[in-house]
Amino acid sequence: MPDEVREFESEEVRKRLESVGIELDPKERSATFVQVDQEVKLSKSFFEGVEVMSIKAALEKYDWLEDYFWKAVRKDQDEFTREADSEDVNGYFIRALPNAKVEIPVEACLYLRTKGHKQRVHNIIIAEENSELNIISGCTSHPGVMAGLHIGISEFFVKRNAKLTFTMIHSWESNIEVRPRSAAIVEENGTFISNYILMNPVKLVQMYPTAYLNGKNSQAIFSSVIVGLEGANIDVGSRAVLNAENSKAEIVSRTISRGGRIVARGHLVGNVSGVKGHLECRGLILTENGSIEAIPVLEANHPDVDLSHEAAIGKIAEEEIFYLMSRGLSRDEAISAIVRGFMEIEIKGLPEALKREIDKAISLVEKELL
Amino acid sequence: MLRLVNLSVDVNTKRVLTNVSLYVREGETLALFGPNGSGKSTLMNAIIGNPKYKITEGRIIFKKHDITRVPTDERVKLGLGIAFQSPPAISGIKLIDLLKKIAEIRGTEEEKIYEYAKKLKMEEHLEREINRGFSGGEMKRSELLQLLVMNPDFVMLDEPDSGVDLENIGIVGKAIRELLERDKKKREKAGIIITHTGHILDYVDADYGAILYRGRIACIGDPYEILEDVREFGYEGCVEKCLTKYGNLNLRR
Repeated sequence: MPDEVREFESEEVRKRLESVGIELDPKERSATFVQVDQEVKLSKSFFEGVEVMSIKAALEKYDWLEDYFWKAVRKDQDEFTREADSEDVNGYFIRALPNAKVEIPVEACLYLRTKGHKQRVHNIIIAEENSELNIISGCTSHPGVMAGLHIGISEFFVKRNAKLTFTMIHSWESNIEVRPRSAAIVEENGTFISNYILMNPVKLVQMYPTAYLNGKNSQAIFSSVIVGLEGANIDVGSRAVLNAENSKAEIVSRTISRGGRIVARGHLVGNVSGVKGHLECRGLILTENGSIEAIPVLEANHPDVDLSHEAAIGKIAEEEIFYLMSRGLSRDEAISAIVRGFMEIEIKGLPEALKREIDKAISLVEKELL
Repeated sequence: MLRLVNLSVDVNTKRVLTNVSLYVREGETLALFGPNGSGKSTLMNAIIGNPKYKITEGRIIFKKHDITRVPTDERVKLGLGIAFQSPPAISGIKLIDLLKKIAEIRGTEEEKIYEYAKKLKMEEHLEREINRGFSGGEMKRSELLQLLVMNPDFVMLDEPDSGVDLENIGIVGKAIRELLERDKKKREKAGIIITHTGHILDYVDADYGAILYRGRIACIGDPYEILEDVREFGYEGCVEKCLTKYGNLNLRR
């Protein structure tokens, strides 16, 4: 473990970090960034094709970075974006250089250390032309820190022919509120893949990340796996605005309520001819006190667009449980296998390392879930 | 091996089977005929313990255990196995993962999975989600593959030949022969094959045939004779012929 983050050495903290995909092992990552409350503890790149630093350091280094600030997300969008627009905001700057293939993931950890702290983060992520960039962003809180607020602004820029895969895994506590505000601008032939995993207690998560597909043949894929435990209030959506010829978007969400209230939103906007988008929201309610609301919205502003959606919410089909029992699985084993299968989403183009992290995050909490 | 005693079964409070008694001994295969809706699938579902099928009267005895109220997975562990007529698709679970789990439960070597998959031409389906997008014939082969790995002592096959194309009926037949040990001199396995068309009997021989008619066992005898009579006189005619020949036969032999 790097010296800068010795404070993470305890078994309990390591486990937490692991559950959000943070390894702190240079062999497994292209770069590592760690921010505790407002302080950047560690930012190191182990691969020359990728730059990682605190957003403050990056602003000092690059004059042009100023232009990227509040370019994808509006500064005056709401009270939280306004709150993040403050002096002591910190965050990460991650940039894949032109033509660089950053296959091994970059990890970025945002750690809430102090009880009641309002963590404000502003991140800028750039995949330059022809580059490929994979990021795991793990956000979690210190054991015992039961209350706090996390506001994270993330602005993504996917340049021509670039591919950016961003996987965000959250693990909080029952009295923490989380308000990420993210948006991506995708240029010609660019691909933006965003994955979101939330499976632990939380008081409130509210976000609606948006991808603007501004370049010809650009595409966005949003996938989320969300578990709402008792007391959680989760309102999460994904939006893709199809602004350019032949742009494509796919939004898939799998929500499970075990007592929590979940609103699963999705919004596809087709603004020009020849764009295509599909939205899929599936929900599973495991207990009687939970609720899931799926709100898919399709918006066509041109006659020649192809937008579709499917949404389904229900309990586990008895027929499926019985089928697996007829293969010798006990009822509990059958339910567990079906729920696990429900969370298994085939994410196209997802690198193996990220797939492993997602699988690991899911299997780590799955036992407690059932 | 399996004995049904005066079994009556309701589905959604509607009586489907009335007073069905049957006895299938070790080494025997019974071909079960009957028109659509006569209760053939209900009988198998009741035997395996599908909770949608309520046993209102009677008992199921398997290997001397009364399993009438035993959960399905326990019945499977005792050695019952079923291939469904139209199994559900299950999202997110790969066929290979289920097969590995079955192998673990039943103590089958994992290499056998691939051997059987090859025999049934299902190798390419192993990495796919269970039954998702499978054709009718592929589903049947998937069910048989699972049964081969499960290696049950008592095998129930619900219309294993329907939807199977000519090219594959041979390999399906072969798999069933293996499941029922039809090529062995001394057999320990037993089973029931539901067949609507009787087509599968060209590939697998059965020791007895029975007709299920309006929820009752109406006729028991030589499977090939029964099949011929059904083809000639229809189910009603065949049942009538049976009744005049044997009287109202409700209990086997």
